[in-house]
Amino acid sequence: MSERQVEVEILRYDPETDQAPKLQSYSVPCQEEWVVLDAITYIKDHIDTTVSFRWSCHMAVCGSCGMMVNGEPALSCKSFLRDYPDKIRIEPLAHFPIVRDLVVQLDDFMEKLNRVKPYIIPKEKKSVSDGQHKQSPAQLKAFKQYTLCINCTLCYAACPQYGLVPDFIGPAAMALAHRYNLDSRDGGREQRQEVVATDEGVWECSFVGACSEVCPKQVDPAGAIQQMKIASTVDWYKEHLMPWSKP
Amino acid sequence: MAKSNKPIVWGLFAAGGTITAFLTPVMIFVTGLAVPFGIMGPEVLAYDRIHDFVANWFWKLVLFGIIFFSLWHAAHRFRITMHDFGVRADRVVAKISYLLAALGTLGAIVLLLRI
Repeated sequence: MSERQVEVEILRYDPETDQAPKLQSYSVPCQEEWVVLDAITYIKDHIDTTVSFRWSCHMAVCGSCGMMVNGEPALSCKSFLRDYPDKIRIEPLAHFPIVRDLVVQLDDFMEKLNRVKPYIIPKEKKSVSDGQHKQSPAQLKAFKQYTLCINCTLCYAACPQYGLVPDFIGPAAMALAHRYNLDSRDGGREQRQEVVATDEGVWECSFVGACSEVCPKQVDPAGAIQQMKIASTVDWYKEHLMPWSKP
Repeated sequence: MAKSNKPIVWGLFAAGGTITAFLTPVMIFVTGLAVPFGIMGPEVLAYDRIHDFVANWFWKLVLFGIIFFSLWHAAHRFRITMHDFGVRADRVVAKISYLLAALGTLGAIVLLLRI
């Protein structure tokens, strides 16, 4: 196994004591098969125990190790060092307040996710004795892609619109609203529209598409938002031109 | 939060996008390439022929549809492009863009009715 010396710059910041964030550089002996997260773990274990960062599964499932790698949002456990030059810069996810070093405050996203009611709101009440909710493969396929979201918030860090307009509900929350809207067992679309069809909802999106490019799970939140724009537009015309029809 | 009224302009934008994506390339091909390069004869765009075509009410309506939706598509696209370029004056840009589209629409109506 070949070893390579990589210069890893990490953004350090403790809001309680530091005036401003600053970059700190570490020289790390990296193995060929390492990912960025391995390099940061090496720093924590062998060079500087004060570096703070989040991680858990190390296999692109938990969504907690998102950070800016050379200026682009990425899961550090999925970013192989062999794909990067000998010097890399690691910063916390853009557009979120820093708690410490690479750890960001996700409260804003969590609050927005909650607002779109990302759970099944049953169409009709069904008791356990009535049996299970059946779903055909086609009905499952309609929304399955959007279930793959791991709430890593890379899409929020990539979205220039979220950076400009912090009230924007944003890509992941929208994609999850879409996921439940498309579910054949769900009847909650009208409730979600109260958030989705507002200016801060789908209409703040200017379809830059960066969210879908950085998504590590190919959820395609940009696609979800455009589909919801079409559906919301149909709703609007129905509501205003055909008030007798229920949307 | 109130529901947005953006679907008015976005609906026109989306419809215009679909129309321009399918029809504008064909029109560019016929008027800008095929006839000038001799793939189609000059008689294709002959005055009498085109005049007869546009004088027909059905085609007049079709032509108006293409122009109307393309204009409103372009207006909204321009508005978003300005935003993407970092022009932070959305209200002014939107007013100018939609005003131009509205003027174009009026112009199209007047010109088509005069034929």
